[in-house]
Parts: sequence; C-alpha cells; structure tokens
Amino acid sequence: MNQGVVLFHTTTSALRAEKILQKAGLSVKLIPTPRELSSDCGMALRFELPDWETVEKGLAAARVECELHWLG
Amino acid sequence: MIYLDNAATSWPKPGSVTAAMTDFLERAGGNPGRSGHRLSIAAGRIVYDTREALAEFFGIGDPLRMIFTLNATHALNIAIQGLLQPGQRVVTGGMEHNAVMRPLREMEKRGIKVEVVPAEKDGTLSPSAFAAALEGGARLVVVNHASNICGTIAPVKEIAALAHAAGALVLVDAAQTAGVLPIDFPTLDIDLLAFTGHKALHGPPGTGGLVLSDSFDPALLNPLVRGGTGSRSEYEVQPDDLPDRYESGTPNGVGIAGLGAGLAWVRERGLEAIRAHELALSARLRRGLAEIPGLTVYGPQNLELATAVISFTQAGKRVSEIGYRLDDEYEIFCRVGLHCAPAAHRSLGTFPEGTVRLAPGPTTTLGDIETVLGAVRKVARA
Repeated sequence: MNQGVVLFHTTTSALRAEKILQKAGLSVKLIPTPRELSSDCGMALRFELPDWETVEKGLAAARVECELHWLG
Repeated sequence: MIYLDNAATSWPKPGSVTAAMTDFLERAGGNPGRSGHRLSIAAGRIVYDTREALAEFFGIGDPLRMIFTLNATHALNIAIQGLLQPGQRVVTGGMEHNAVMRPLREMEKRGIKVEVVPAEKDGTLSPSAFAAALEGGARLVVVNHASNICGTIAPVKEIAALAHAAGALVLVDAAQTAGVLPIDFPTLDIDLLAFTGHKALHGPPGTGGLVLSDSFDPALLNPLVRGGTGSRSEYEVQPDDLPDRYESGTPNGVGIAGLGAGLAWVRERGLEAIRAHELALSARLRRGLAEIPGLTVYGPQNLELATAVISFTQAGKRVSEIGYRLDDEYEIFCRVGLHCAPAAHRSLGTFPEGTVRLAPGPTTTLGDIETVLGAVRKVARA
C-alpha cells in the first residue's frame, strides 16, 4: 500500500488537518486510528505516500501537533 | 405580540438554526470525536467548522483555543476558578452579573482578594478608577463588556492595557455583546473571553464558549471538569491538549450545529447593520420613554456608548406590576427585577427594586417600538 497516516492527540486536530490538506488539494481521508499504531484519538488521516513532505510541511506550518507513519 | 427580552435570550431564532439542528440529529447523529466511523466524523466536522468560524469571528488564529462550554456562566467559572490561587487579587467593575460575582465571592472564601471598582450612575466604568485599583497589583481583571441592565459598554481596550501594565490577565464577559459589537482579540488585547450562543449569536440555549488568546499559556488555567475526551485514552490523567483539556464529556453537538448557523446568520447580515438597526431602535425607545412623565431611564445619554438594552422605573409603581400589565394587556414581553445582577443595580441606584428592561433584537421594528411606547404610556398613567 502506498499510503501513510497522520496520528493526532485530539480529534479537533484531525478535523483541522483534514481541512487544511483538502484546501491544499491533497487526497486525504479520515479513518479510525489503526490500533497497532496508537490508542490515541479515534480518528487518523490517511494520505498518499508521495504527498508525505507536503503533508508534513503543511501541518507543521499550521502548528498541528501530529505524527506521520507508514500505513503497513 | 412583541418580544423585548433579547438580553435574556434571542427570539425568534433564524429558521436556518432550527434546520441545522434537525440536520445534525437526522444526518450526523454520531458522537463527535469519540469514534472513527462516518457518523462520528460527520458530527465532528460540524463541531469543528463551528469552532473554526467562531475563532475567526473573534480574531483568534488557532481554532483549538476556542473552547465550547454550556453557556457564558460555565466559561466564566472555568476561567475564574481555574486561574486564581489563594493570596491573589482580582479587580472587577461595578456592573458585573452574578455569573462573575458569585464565583468571585466563592473564591474570596478560598483566600482570593476581590476589589470592585465602582461604576458611575449611568453604568460607566472609568479607566482611571481601574488604574487606581490596579496600583495594588492583580492576577486577574474581569470586566463585563456591556451591561445586561442598561447596555453601558465598558472601555475594555483601555482597561486591558492598564491590566497588562500591572501584570494582570484580562477576562471579558461578552454575554451581551458577542453578535452585536465587534470583538477582535488582537485589537482589544485581552486574554480570555466568555460568550454565550443563545443571545445575539442566535444559537440555541446550552451553547457558549471560552476563547483563549493566541498568546495565553493554558498551563495557567486548570480545568474545571475532567473526564473522557476521546483522546489519550490510555492515561487516567486529564490531557493538556487543547481543546480537550477543557472539554470533557460528550459535547452539545446539536446545539453547536445551531450555533454555527446562528453565527453564519449574523455574519451574513453583518455586525454593522445589526448595530445600526439596534441603535435606531434604542434611540427611539430611549427618547420616547424619557418623554413619559414619572419615568426614569437608566444608562448613558450618548447612545453610542450602550447596546440596545434599556431599563426604566416609575416612581410609585412596582416594576413587577408594569411588566405584568405589559404582558397581560399588550402582549409585550420584557424582564423586570434584578436581572441576576445585584451589584450592577446597586451601582445604578436601583437595588433592591430593580428595573423594567426592554431589549429589542434584529427582528424588532420601529413600528413595534411605537406600539411599546404607547403601551408604557398607558400603563404609566393608570
């Protein structure tokens, strides 16, 4: 799978990140947080691996606290 | 029938508010932020969109600093109980509501010193009086943006500057002004603001918020309520992340959906247009009441210094009788008495009898005001 996932500490951050990345034209989707990665907030944001850097920079610029992971 | 009790809660609500609430229950019924399925996400998006719109409305860059509460009272309690430590001093004004005075009096029992800066007879607060009170230093200044009795607007920006110079934080009670007057955090330079959703923002009851400035350090503010947040669930201690630190328990999603629609209605109409309409109504109302023999009208002479909340009394007649007759004989609905603000009534010289309060709203017309003046004239005469 050529996908990554962003994990957040709060749902509000996940929803905020979704909006920011959609505005930037990226294809992202909110999914239930994969349990193997975290027991944190219920939602995570899936993205296409080639967008890794754009996602990382876009969310850092908006100061969204998060972690990027490979999605198995 | 004429509804003049908008300072208690606005009515009627825009149809879009009802529609948004119905839509939330019918279409987005999940628990926002607790699960990852699509109904939960749909509910979460509505809550988030409202949060973001409110943050923008108040001039806040980070939407996570817009904390949802049940009402302004809840927000004021989070701030007052969460910020103050025994031995610290609070300075507030003489026009406060009990939503501020009761928590402050409770904090007094816990070793906090409370100083009340007296207001003038028209509800005006003078920055120089605050400057004098702040000479003794303070942890917090609490100020009511506009009186819920006579509409007098406080000079928040000037008071905030003085408070900051004295090293104090500034908490503003915007229960009467959010949706009526422009409130921009960077312009006013305040630290915390409490607002309600069900008054001039035209949302339903059970909605409100505590807004934290972009520079405020949340470590200074202890949560009032702790519990489930849907985040960091592996820990049994409250998370520090915003907004979850202050938002335990399932939020009022349906109410927040309605509040979002109410705010959209306000923004579409525009604060300037809303204010201009209310000023035209209050100008006519104030002038008309002042012409009726035996009536005393409270609040500043300069209408620009007040919101459209007007109070009057009549010598020799109980306010309860006036209110009852306006309702019973003329179907005019207002609120009489102390309006949960004994401190402010003391400042105005209307304690303990209180006043008759008339609070028009965006759907009130000048024709309504003429009808009301005619009714008050007749009630005053006999």
